Amino acid sequence: MTQINVRVDGVTYTDDVEPRTLLVHYLREQLGKVGTVIGCDTSNCGACTVHLDGAAVKSCTVLAVQADGGEVTTIEGLAPNGGLHPVQKAFHEMHGLQCGYCTPGMIMASVDLLKENPDPSDTEVREGIEGNLCRCTGYQNIVRAVQQAAGEMRGAGSVSPAEVDTAAAPHVVGQA
Amino acid sequence: MTAVEDRATAEAPEREVGKARRRKEDARLITGRTTWTDNTVLPGMLHLAVVRSPVAHAKISSIDVSAAQEAPGVIAVLTGRDVADEQGSIPCAWPVTPDMVNPGHPSIAVDEVNHVGEAVAVIVARSKAAAQDAVELVDVDYDLLPAVLDMEEAVAEGAQLTHDHLESNRSFHFVFESGDAGTGQHTDEAFRDAEVVVSRRFVQQRLIPAFMEPRSVVVQPQGDNYTMWSSTQVPHILRIMLAMVTGVPEHKLRVVAPDVGGGFGGKLQVTPEEVISLLVARRLGKPVKWTETRSESLMTAHHGRDQIQYIDIAADREGNVKGLRCRILADMGAYLRLVSPGVPVLGAFMFNGIYKFPAYRFECDGIFTNKTPTDAYRGAGRPEATFAIERIMDELAVELGMDPLELRRRNWIRAEEFPFTSVAGMTYDSGDYETATQKALELLGYDELRAEQRRRRESNDPVQLGIGVSTFTEMCGLAPSRVLGSLSYGAGGWEHASIRMLPTGKVEVVSGATPHGQGHETAWSQLVADRLGVPFEDIEVLHGDTSISPRGLDTYGSRSLVVGGAAVVNAAEKVVAKARRVAAHLLEASEDDLDFSGGKFSVRGTPGAEVSIQEIALATFAAHNFPEGVEPSIDADATFDPENFSFPHGTHLCAMEVDTETGMVKIRKYACVDDVGTIVNPLIVEGQIHGGLAQGIAQALFEEAVYDADGNLTTGTFVDYLVPSAADLPHFDTGNTVHEAPGNPIGAKGVGEAGTIASTPAVVNAALDAVRHLGVRDIRMPLTPERVWRAIHGGGDGGDRATAGTNAYGGAQTETTAGVSTPQSALGGDR
Ligand code: FES
Ligand code: FES
Repeated sequence: MTQINVRVDGVTYTDDVEPRTLLVHYLREQLGKVGTVIGCDTSNCGACTVHLDGAAVKSCTVLAVQADGGEVTTIEGLAPNGGLHPVQKAFHEMHGLQCGYCTPGMIMASVDLLKENPDPSDTEVREGIEGNLCRCTGYQNIVRAVQQAAGEMRGAGSVSPAEVDTAAAPHVVGQA
Repeated sequence: MTAVEDRATAEAPEREVGKARRRKEDARLITGRTTWTDNTVLPGMLHLAVVRSPVAHAKISSIDVSAAQEAPGVIAVLTGRDVADEQGSIPCAWPVTPDMVNPGHPSIAVDEVNHVGEAVAVIVARSKAAAQDAVELVDVDYDLLPAVLDMEEAVAEGAQLTHDHLESNRSFHFVFESGDAGTGQHTDEAFRDAEVVVSRRFVQQRLIPAFMEPRSVVVQPQGDNYTMWSSTQVPHILRIMLAMVTGVPEHKLRVVAPDVGGGFGGKLQVTPEEVISLLVARRLGKPVKWTETRSESLMTAHHGRDQIQYIDIAADREGNVKGLRCRILADMGAYLRLVSPGVPVLGAFMFNGIYKFPAYRFECDGIFTNKTPTDAYRGAGRPEATFAIERIMDELAVELGMDPLELRRRNWIRAEEFPFTSVAGMTYDSGDYETATQKALELLGYDELRAEQRRRRESNDPVQLGIGVSTFTEMCGLAPSRVLGSLSYGAGGWEHASIRMLPTGKVEVVSGATPHGQGHETAWSQLVADRLGVPFEDIEVLHGDTSISPRGLDTYGSRSLVVGGAAVVNAAEKVVAKARRVAAHLLEASEDDLDFSGGKFSVRGTPGAEVSIQEIALATFAAHNFPEGVEPSIDADATFDPENFSFPHGTHLCAMEVDTETGMVKIRKYACVDDVGTIVNPLIVEGQIHGGLAQGIAQALFEEAVYDADGNLTTGTFVDYLVPSAADLPHFDTGNTVHEAPGNPIGAKGVGEAGTIASTPAVVNAALDAVRHLGVRDIRMPLTPERVWRAIHGGGDGGDRATAGTNAYGGAQTETTAGVSTPQSALGGDR
């Protein structure tokens, strides 16, 4: 067992961990941070993405001991005090999730992407979240959500819900 | 369409149905406050790890668990022998023929293993890590038997057997012949007289549903009662089946599906691990949890598709189709699971597609092989059918020198011919294929792309362009119970809902359809808000727990809205009818003089005399002033059993670039127009289409479960099983036409599977259209660059994936292992 000190979502924890314990297992099993999930065992899916010292990492690829002295943000701590981060809001607005299993990782990866590139093109978003798999959405609404959030975070104003409503419907023939 | 317009103008403009409501479900999902099964922790909970067979076919000669038993943290180790008397067989609910052979499916193998990954023992330990560590310590001796891996070989004379105790590898032989069914001419006659016959062999590769949330089960015993939380699509079916299999009485068993991270048919199952978890919890009297790894999931959760299709189409020279004959080999894998045999049979009535065939014959053999069992995967039977018909229509068009769209137009059912009874005996409810096609052509920019295709062809551009068409329909809304009965399915196809009017005017809607990403909570709220006139926010939808929602048949087959939503609407109508009696009493008026609109009953001609349904809920709770002889409740429930399937349809178009030098394919543009009937929530409908497209395109381009010559799954991680990322998929241009389904009060047809069913052939047809002039007439899915290149430069369909070598030599056949190729891998090419 090794002792680690780590700050997670604003709270400092001191814990004994096995040297082989992965950060994601530490978060889920020792801290009860079950908002972060596991989707694979080969670091391909990105479901476990959190921020370690401000950068997105796949927490199944980091040992808990490597986070010693570090600062971790999970989906549960992304927006403090029950608020929503613009990216969370945009995923909701643009229907960027269905089952929601990939969503915490997808949101954490997208936040990181927007830090690097505040105004990404469609292709840049797609390439930027390439390490996160979603089986439900076909990604189009995720791309929309990331761009919507980018707009809001740049202060460029957001697509208003009313506009979005009609955007979803113009192809609908014959239904009011 | 006029029906829709009339209705739209006749009703109040403030309808919830049709609004792009943001989903109620999202709040917990985007903040990580979810209840995935694996999140559950119970006091004293033990953890399970499953010891699995590393070989495809063998007798188990001995198992030594002593070392595992002694490992730190291990509480118990159980083998198949230990539970042989209580584990029963994993149930198959769909004996598609009276003489179907079912070898039986122990949850833990007892004497024999029949596929790699089959459970041979289970470790119970204090922690997950301790359980997993002990897996290695179980020592199993196997007497190897030859593995049956190829369906065509499996049905040949003198083939090796998948199961020693069976006479052959055939489970069933299912036949539909229109001449015998009285739904058309005899197929032999049609073919005898035909001017043109085109025959093809298509391969539907094996796929893996690959839901993102790995399966997980938690069981808590309380005396002789058990609660099971499972990441399942079908808590209701699971409860019934577990009771039948394990003998735990149904009323002592509660099954809960909490938040479930996708299913796509892959969680429409009663799994060995669910049975094992229940048995262990019963035996030890302690709560247990099992959660799979991704590798375990890909290897052992059921697979999908896997058919070889021999298709013959007959036509005259003018392009009028005369007959269709389909012979199908469908791989069941090693065992029959819940609806394994039913999957190809769901396609049996769909190979004829949207076309007016005078004669049709479908013959299917269900085949056993030493591989993971197959079962439902998004579309289940209908993607296979749609692929075959939409591919063979293109082949016929080439043979006749006709434009593929022109050939389709000549043969499809015209808008004025609905309802139309097909040669397979299905009554297609409504639609207009021409309008959907016109719209799709516009969305794609068809004419410009055709012009570009000509330019590239003339200039001999190394990158060629092709356009693929798929005009499809599917049978959805599973299903009329009577029809399921006639097909020998073990259950009905109804769905149940109830509505509870709470004293404060809030509304609980209980649904038997259990969602796992489809947005039932939002859509059902929209339905009820319209019918009851209560605010969307005042409605809570409950589901997925057999003690809260006691009756239901769950979510699959695009049935939730069509059947489950219909039950919700009918329950709401009953609530209104009950409330009307109370309103009449309270307003001292006759029921006949009451209008109900916007959630309020008012007395016609007496302004101000009104009472809201939410006020009536409180009055009913108090029951102080209630009509004589009426029970004080306005709650209601309803069970809806559809009369017919519903038949969504659409036109999908794919423009594809093929680099003839590298074999790389790239979707240039994808456009589709789907008719899924009334749209309750356009955002959710669009999302379902997108997700469906992703999976259908992935079948065409990326995904394949590959076994090596020893029966090892070589695509057992996300490194090798290529679920596409955002960068692999194009933007989709989607649209809708709306023809209401006449068979349910909503008018919806179902949308969950449409994108998957329609897209695969559109993509393959597009690639072929790009390189047809180079002599290519088929390319095997998935269209890997290697296959496309081989098809262009070597002929044939590009052949098996070059991973058919054996893992014993390091898996994939690469240059370094080429020298150790096996008979299978040496075949390569076109077979
Ligand atoms: S669980 Fe970490 S990448 Fe899949
Ligand atoms: S929303 Fe289900 S996996 Fe992405």
